[in-house]
Parts: sequence; structure tokens; C-alpha cells
Amino acid sequence: MAKTKTIITILLRLLAFGATLTATVVMVTSHDSAEVLNLKFSAKYTNSPAFKFYVIAEAIASGYGLIALFLCSKSSVERLIVILDVVIAMLLTSSISAALAEAEIGKKGNSHAGWLPICGQVPKFCDHVTGALIAGFVAAIVYLVLNLYSLVVVLAPLFPVKP
Amino acid sequence: MALQSGEKLAMLVGNIWSKPRSRYWTLLGLRLLAFLAAAAATLVMALNKQTKTFVVGTIGTTPLKLTLTAKFHHTPAFVFFVIANGLVSMHNLVMIMVDLVGSKFDYKGFRFPMVAILDMLNVALVSGGANAAAFMAELGKNGNLHARWDKICDKFGAYCDRGGGALIASFLALAFMLLISFISILKLVNSSSHCSVSHNNN
Repeated sequence: MAKTKTIITILLRLLAFGATLTATVVMVTSHDSAEVLNLKFSAKYTNSPAFKFYVIAEAIASGYGLIALFLCSKSSVERLIVILDVVIAMLLTSSISAALAEAEIGKKGNSHAGWLPICGQVPKFCDHVTGALIAGFVAAIVYLVLNLYSLVVVLAPLFPVKP
Repeated sequence: MALQSGEKLAMLVGNIWSKPRSRYWTLLGLRLLAFLAAAAATLVMALNKQTKTFVVGTIGTTPLKLTLTAKFHHTPAFVFFVIANGLVSMHNLVMIMVDLVGSKFDYKGFRFPMVAILDMLNVALVSGGANAAAFMAELGKNGNLHARWDKICDKFGAYCDRGGGALIASFLALAFMLLISFISILKLVNSSSHCSVSHNNN
């Protein structure tokens, strides 16, 4: 039973590490350029502070995921890892929501502020960013599931035996 | 001399922390602060509105006027912000009431894990709402040259200021919720280890 718990925890951490790594790499390699009326219009992830924050946050989460994968077997840093898991889950949800807000404006524009959507001019960039956001969303959900698993199944079983 | 007073201070803090009564009041106080901060953020953003009249041209001698309004529901990120902070303040209110009157109602030891889980989910919720609104506000304040989006804060200054205040309140609520979540988790942690073989259960 304890072995099952260890295996599930390690699997979840591996999945989360893969998702954060994918999100970072796909966002960093996204760029596109278009020529509109003789003006070169290039879109890269560094043009937008929300996407820069996204890349930095996902990179930090990937690094932490790698370290936590190896430190999982030491019992002295147990509680620190549980607490850091909560912090990293919060970091991931914040970065994905910030990037989603900015991407939604890029896709639909904002008629009240006079902001035009840019996805029509740089469709490859938009697709790349969508892929990175999906990977980041999966990573955030997996981290939340990992936290719930650590809390509920391992640390405090839902139906404890009352003495 | 200095060593003795340092040790005394550590023992004092340890004494205060280990007493269940004072831990209970700390948690209750933090929940009250988080509730107030989240409720303030919700209210300030929901009532955020500014109307301004611009002169866009003249026909002969009469100026053409255009009236523009900035409301929070023009931007989906701010709508999410209001909803998230509203939910978090409601969660804190319910938890305060559970703490005060609910110690009799406990179903098979469900209570502590459920509180910890709900606190953690609400941390994620409020962090999502606050950050989405923060980056939207940054976009409104600085614009984006590459996408040819103009900034709007120079025209609607009061709207931006009030939005900024709501954001600060929401980030304070986030900090308090994080502390509350840590305390709720620490209440749960017993001696069973979570990566290696556990000794006491199953």
C-alpha cells in the first residue's frame, strides 16, 4: 500500500515536470512575423510582460519539480516539500491566469479600449502560445491533484480509525 | 547574557505557539483579516466606474462630444477578479462560522482534511484572479507598443487608481490565505511519512 502511494506520487511529479518543461519550451520558441502594408510586424514572447512572467514561473516550477523528484525519498524534508508544493501550485495558477488574460485580449481584442486583436495577423504565434498555455494548464491541475493527494490520502486519510 | 535572553525569547514563542488556545485565535484573526481584504477588493472593483466626455471635433462652432464609460465588466479579467474574490470572502466567512460554532459537528473525522483542502483551493482561486487582473491593469497602464494597444490610464485616472487599490487588497488577501493554508496543513501533519514506508497505518 505504501509502495502504491510512492509510485503514484512519483508518477504525478513526473507528469507535472513534463508539463512545465513543455510549457516553457513551447512558449520560448514561439515567434512569427507578418508584413502588413510594408510594415514588419513581428510577435515574440518577449513583447508581453505576462508571457515573460509565464516563462520564468514555468521554468522555476520545472526546476523545483526535478529537485522534488529526487528528494522524495528523504523523510527529513517531507514537510518542507509539502509546503513548497502548495507555493509552487499557487505560482503556476497565477502564471497561467496572467498569460490567459493577455492571450484572450490578443485573440478577441477589447472594443471598449480600442484594442484590436492580433491573432489575425500572426496566426502561427497564436497557435504556439495556445499550445504552451494548454501545457501550463495541465501542469497547474496536476500540481493541485498532487497536493490533494498528499494531503488527503497520505497525510490524513479521509476515514481515520478513531481510537 | 544575550544567549539567555535569546533562549528565553525562543521558549516564549514556542510556548505561545504550542498552546492550542492561542493558535486558535491566531487562525481566527487571520481568517477575519483575509475576509475583510477579499471583501474590500470585491466591493472596490465592482463599484469601479468612470465616465468621461471627450471633444472629438468641431462642426462650425459647436464641439462634438463623445462620452465614454469605463466599467469593470468590459474586461473579462476583472469580472473573474470580482467573482474569485467574492468566492474567497464567502469561503472565509463560512470557515469563521464553522470555527466558532461547529466543533460539535464532525462527520467521521472529515473536518480537518476538508478545511485544509478548501483552503488550498481558495489560495489557487484568489491567486489566479489577482494575477490576471494585475497583468490586465499593467497593460492598461503601459499599453503595448508591439501590438499597437494604447494605454488608457492617462484618460481614466480615477478608474485606474481604484482598480489599483482593489488589486492591493486582493494581494493582501492572497498573503493571508497562504498563511491560513499553511496553518491548516500543519494541523494535519502527523508522523506518517509520505515518500517512504509508513509505520503506523495500513
